[in-house]
Order: sequence, then structure tokens, then C-alpha cells
Amino acid sequence: MNSSSSNQILEADFELGFTYTRSPGIIIGKFLAALKQKKLYGIRGSDGSVLFPPTEYDPRTAASLNDFVPVSAEGEIVSWTWIETPREHHQVKGPFAFALIKLDGADTPFLHRLFCDDASSISAGMKVKVDWNDDRCGAITDIRGFVPLTATVGNF
Amino acid sequence: MDIDLDPIESIAVPIYHHYHATSAKAITPFLHAIKRGELMGHLSSATGKVLFPPLGACPESGEATHEPVILKDSGTVIGFTTVHLPIPGSKLVPPFTVANILLDGADQTCSHLISECELGDVVIGMRVQAVWRPKDQWDYSLENIEYFKPTGEALVDVDELKQHCLERAKLRVKNRVKGNSTEVHHA
Repeated sequence: MNSSSSNQILEADFELGFTYTRSPGIIIGKFLAALKQKKLYGIRGSDGSVLFPPTEYDPRTAASLNDFVPVSAEGEIVSWTWIETPREHHQVKGPFAFALIKLDGADTPFLHRLFCDDASSISAGMKVKVDWNDDRCGAITDIRGFVPLTATVGNF
Repeated sequence: MDIDLDPIESIAVPIYHHYHATSAKAITPFLHAIKRGELMGHLSSATGKVLFPPLGACPESGEATHEPVILKDSGTVIGFTTVHLPIPGSKLVPPFTVANILLDGADQTCSHLISECELGDVVIGMRVQAVWRPKDQWDYSLENIEYFKPTGEALVDVDELKQHCLERAKLRVKNRVKGNSTEVHHA
């Protein structure tokens, strides 16, 4: 930097970080504790349907919920968006899809990553299964993502 | 059914924004000045007030400011907070005191650390003096000043100081109308 040039525009990288921690509450706290054990639970809503992931209160009646229901680690694709060039915060090396996945035994779809070879191989109703992280800590990222039921887990 | 596991009590959900920042027209000379060890404010021609640090516009009148004023590195404590809890990501070790300091010649406070005194000794109206880091460590940053220390001078009545500042600002506007020079002045 030339300090003699007093009009020289300066530039720099900087990071603004909000280092939040939050308490998930007892219902989501137990759901996360179960993920660490490779177990998936939804919760029974007021109308008997199974919400996954579980919520502490029913989204329609606001009733307090506490009846956990085990759900399968397999499910089907409801909808998806292909991400050809992941950005840093996606924490994924290669192309992948964000997919709405309805697990067998659940009545609501949820959003997670889907790993497969290319966008054209994805279709609504396609069967997928959980790809667990080896290093689990009780977070939604304990699920690394989903892969086609027929696939062997690759290096995505 | 219940899940017979202890619930996870806390999860980390940090959010990071990565910026590439360039200094604006008003900030650039201020940053070059601080690198040289000078505190450069801006004179607002509309209000006669000296703004530090200069952001390029007068918050009161909204007018762009251009006219540099070099300020002294001494001032008066207008307000302060003592921090006892650690701040994540901060290199400051609590307890420490941050003060709003009105630099001599300025009409706007800036924030900086107060040190070389007991926490309980910091009071409003205290006179303070900048303690600079060694010159070879100077960068384009107000951190070139490590902290401000009490000078031991008598306390200032901040209401009187405010009146003095307002009158001085009026005088600057008046003198300006008479056609005084617009060169860099020392407050």
C-alpha cells in the first residue's frame, strides 16, 4: 500500500459473524438426540397425522404435542431443486439437489440434500434413503443427505 | 410414545457474512490520516460541527462533508460502559470499559477503551488522552490508539461543554459566511 497517495482507495476482506447458539426445546432436543443414535422420530399432530420433523406445537390447532412416532430412514422425493455449482455455505463439494422428502411413516415432507449423479436421474416419487454422517453430534446435519434407494453411497 | 434420551440442550447456529469492502471517498483520507497518526474529522459547512469519524455526510443537515479538520488526541468522557461478560469473537478480556469520548475540537463522540485506571474511577466528564501503539504497528485503523488514559485534569461539566460546542459551531458558520479559508485547520 502506497501511503504517499492519500486518495488511494483502500480495500479489505472482512467477516461479520453472528455466533448464535440456541436451545431447541425438549421436543426438538429429543428428536436431535435420537438422530445421534441414527433414529428418526416424527410427532403425532392433533388430527393424527405424523409431522416430520417434530414440532413442539400443532401448526393448526397450537395444541402441545408429545406423542413421538418412529419413521423410516427411507422415503420418496416430493420436489427438488438442482444446485449445479454449490457455494461455500452449502458445505458440499459437487452438484447436488435440495429436495422435499416424505419419509415412510410421516405425512409431511421436509427439506434436505439429495446426492445423485445428475439432475435428470431425479423424479417425483423416487425412493431415497438417509446417508448418515459418521460423526454425529445431535444436529440435523447428522443426516449428511439422502441418496437413491438403489445407490451405494458415493463420494459426493 | 416418548423418546427415552436426554434432549440436546444447545445447538450452534452461527451465521457468517463475508464482505469485500472498499473505503468510500470520505473514509479514505481519514484512514490514510490515521495511518500517519492523525485524527481527521470533517467540518459540516451547514452546521459548523466537526464530525469524527467522518462518514461523508452531516447527520443533522444531510449535506455532504469534505472539509478536513485535524483533531487533538485528547478528549472528554461523555458516557461509558463497563463490560463484565466475554463477547464471542472479541479479543478483549473483560472486565473493560468502553467510553464515548468527545475529542477536543469535535462535536460528535467516538467510542474507545479507557485504561490505566481502576474500573470504578471512570466518570462522566473525565479528561482523557490517547495512548498510541508503537508507530511500526500503525495501520489504517483507530486501533492505532491502544486506549485512552485519564489525564488527571479537573472534571469537565458536560452540560457546559455541550453549550460551548454549540456556540463554537455557530461561530464557525458565521466566520465561514465571512469567507474564511477552507484549508485544513487544526481544531
